[in-house]
Amino acid sequence: MNFELDADRRMLADALGRYLSEQYSAEYRNQTAYGSTGHSAETYAKLAEIGAIGALFPEAVGGFGGEGVDIGVVFETLGHHLVAEPLLGALLVGRAITEAGSAAQRERLEGIVAGETLCALAHDEPDNHYELNRVATTASKSGDGWVLNGAKAVVLFGDQAQLLLVSARTAGAVGDEAGISLFLVPGDAAGITARGYGRIDGGHAAELVLTDVRVGADALLGMEGAGHALLERIVGFGLLALSAESLGAMERAKGDTLEYLRTRKQFGVPIGSFQALQHRMADMLLEVEQARSAVINAAAAIDDDDRVAREKALSAAKYSVGKIGTLIAEEAIQMHGGIGVTWELPLAHYAKRLVMIDHQLGDMDHHLARWMALGA
Amino acid sequence: MDLQFTPEEQAFRSEVRAFLKDHLPPALAAKVRAGQRLTRADQEGWHAILNKKGWLAYHWPKEHGGAGWTPIQKFIFDDECALAGGPRLVPFGLSMLGPVLIKYGNEAQKKHWLPRILNGDDWWCQGYSEPGAGSDLASLKTSAVRQGDHYIVNGQKTWTTQGQHANMMFCLVRTDRAAKAQSGISFVLIDMKQPGVEVRPIRTLDGDAEVNEVFLTDVKVPLENLVGEENKGWTYAKYLLTYERTGIAGVGFSMAALEKLKLIASRVQKNGKPLAQDPQFATRMAQVEIDLNNMAMTNLRVLAAVQGGGVPGAESSMLKIRGTVIRQELLSLIRRAMGPYALPYIEEAQFAEYAEPPVGPKEAATAAAAYFNYRKLSIFGGSNEIQRNIISKMILGL
Repeated sequence: MNFELDADRRMLADALGRYLSEQYSAEYRNQTAYGSTGHSAETYAKLAEIGAIGALFPEAVGGFGGEGVDIGVVFETLGHHLVAEPLLGALLVGRAITEAGSAAQRERLEGIVAGETLCALAHDEPDNHYELNRVATTASKSGDGWVLNGAKAVVLFGDQAQLLLVSARTAGAVGDEAGISLFLVPGDAAGITARGYGRIDGGHAAELVLTDVRVGADALLGMEGAGHALLERIVGFGLLALSAESLGAMERAKGDTLEYLRTRKQFGVPIGSFQALQHRMADMLLEVEQARSAVINAAAAIDDDDRVAREKALSAAKYSVGKIGTLIAEEAIQMHGGIGVTWELPLAHYAKRLVMIDHQLGDMDHHLARWMALGA
Repeated sequence: MDLQFTPEEQAFRSEVRAFLKDHLPPALAAKVRAGQRLTRADQEGWHAILNKKGWLAYHWPKEHGGAGWTPIQKFIFDDECALAGGPRLVPFGLSMLGPVLIKYGNEAQKKHWLPRILNGDDWWCQGYSEPGAGSDLASLKTSAVRQGDHYIVNGQKTWTTQGQHANMMFCLVRTDRAAKAQSGISFVLIDMKQPGVEVRPIRTLDGDAEVNEVFLTDVKVPLENLVGEENKGWTYAKYLLTYERTGIAGVGFSMAALEKLKLIASRVQKNGKPLAQDPQFATRMAQVEIDLNNMAMTNLRVLAAVQGGGVPGAESSMLKIRGTVIRQELLSLIRRAMGPYALPYIEEAQFAEYAEPPVGPKEAATAAAAYFNYRKLSIFGGSNEIQRNIISKMILGL
């Protein structure tokens, strides 16, 4: 077996890593991520130019990758540099169009891959608590098109996205799998009100209220009422991306902590000479390696035709990074002592991101329960 | 064994409860329950209410204006206060400096400073930690050199909580550089409102700025502001820290947090049912509740020993470790109960004055920030690693 990246992917990772090392310092990141829009249009365009977005999509739709490994490489690098730019939205919405889009809908992909169209998945709702099937937003037929009504919660960059992918119920009761449909809705469609806000870990999100939002027949993505499977499929891409992002952030938090143990002196010696801390650092190392294996499993499984095998690997990865990421965040802060809880220390922002990843697309409890429910 | 509180103690609990019902301002309690940030006026106001009743410095002896309560009475008071949504008392003057002055200060110092603590005339802060000397306190470098009738102090202090409000600081300084680390340290009182004292805020990861760096440049400290003997400050510092660590167990605060968690879990819906009925979340809540009850009993056992004449020593380290871990777990569960709503962070929503409707459940505004902010519990007051060292040395003899 060979776990090395092939030449093309290594080149992409190197180029991306080099750009971020040079142009995306901790100060710049915090300035833009905690700033008025939560990101930088310039950085986002540059990431697209380097190919970070294109790598998330197969050649057939204008990308140059799209395999699990590609997604893993890109998001691990983003995690390593704590990038707050809206690539997750591009992945989720772009892959939904790739999977189920009509020829006309696929034309939107060019703008997404080029970094010109900002995208957001609008699925979570105030009471769904990570459940994919709890959709209360409705879409009813009106003439040729549809009318959408409902509320969407914590939509990443939802106040700035030009293209929203909205889950809505076209039949059935809240909680049913059947009857969910997905719609491509312009972010500035009449009837959408967005309440935007900054996130605790940087970046933006918004609460969306949809009041009689009218869209044409061509807004429906995939088959009417069969959106659950598509939603699960694209959230799967998101689980892989977030898991890889977490892994990148963990590696960095681990590295920073190790450096601190080597250099910070107390009682006249480097604190890394204390066995109590050595053992915990050793545990951090082995936990991060477990997380890496979980991400590799998920990346390998993302295109598995066997739904149970695929979804179990994805849930296993998200469960693992939720648990391990939180552990790494808490241990890294603790071992840094007082400086670990300051804004000034880049690590503190990594810790916030690591913990907040557990609050996206299902937390460790959610995915452990899902893993068990998926059965053998 | 008799595990019941005595009838007198139970009567005392009723008295405290009745007092809180009548005198704790509901708006203040609501702020505390919501985890919103308190203003200086909030804290001073609550101190004044307690002082009027004679319950402010409840662990001081009566002759100095304290309540003269037993350890069990103090525990009951803390418990009831926390459950009623009472704010934590600002400890610097009351629980840290006060006991040191009472035990080691001279008559003039007691007469001058103790009443001022009670009346709120001074806002004290603590000058212990330094950039190179956090948990390794004995390596502190701030120097004090005698010059006529005063010391000249130079150095830098850090993690000075609420130093931005303070006009006075009790401070550890090095008065003998030649002596062994612990023996050349003195305990002095510094007027913050004089030239040479500069306070700079340190922003913490949650966005707040409650801690500070304090720069001391040629700061004058009159000799009468030396507490106890020169070069004996380490003894007083250790005495003070023992007091600090007992408070950090925070049983009452954990009890209140548990109540809040249960309330939230009964409201937040997961898969159409309250989160409290989710088997995994319910398991986590049950585990932390059992841990908390065990810790509360451990706390009572230590208090009973103290009541019998013992001094809390390494036991306070035990309480600090368990107490902080449990509080952090409770804050973690409150954060996790918010689901995706842990992500939004609206600075203004940390304050009671925020008039907009909440984003998500109303507890979400502060849940994640509180979780991140209170990672400090296991770091300050002597990190939990240092507490484990103390236990290994003092209890286990290793």
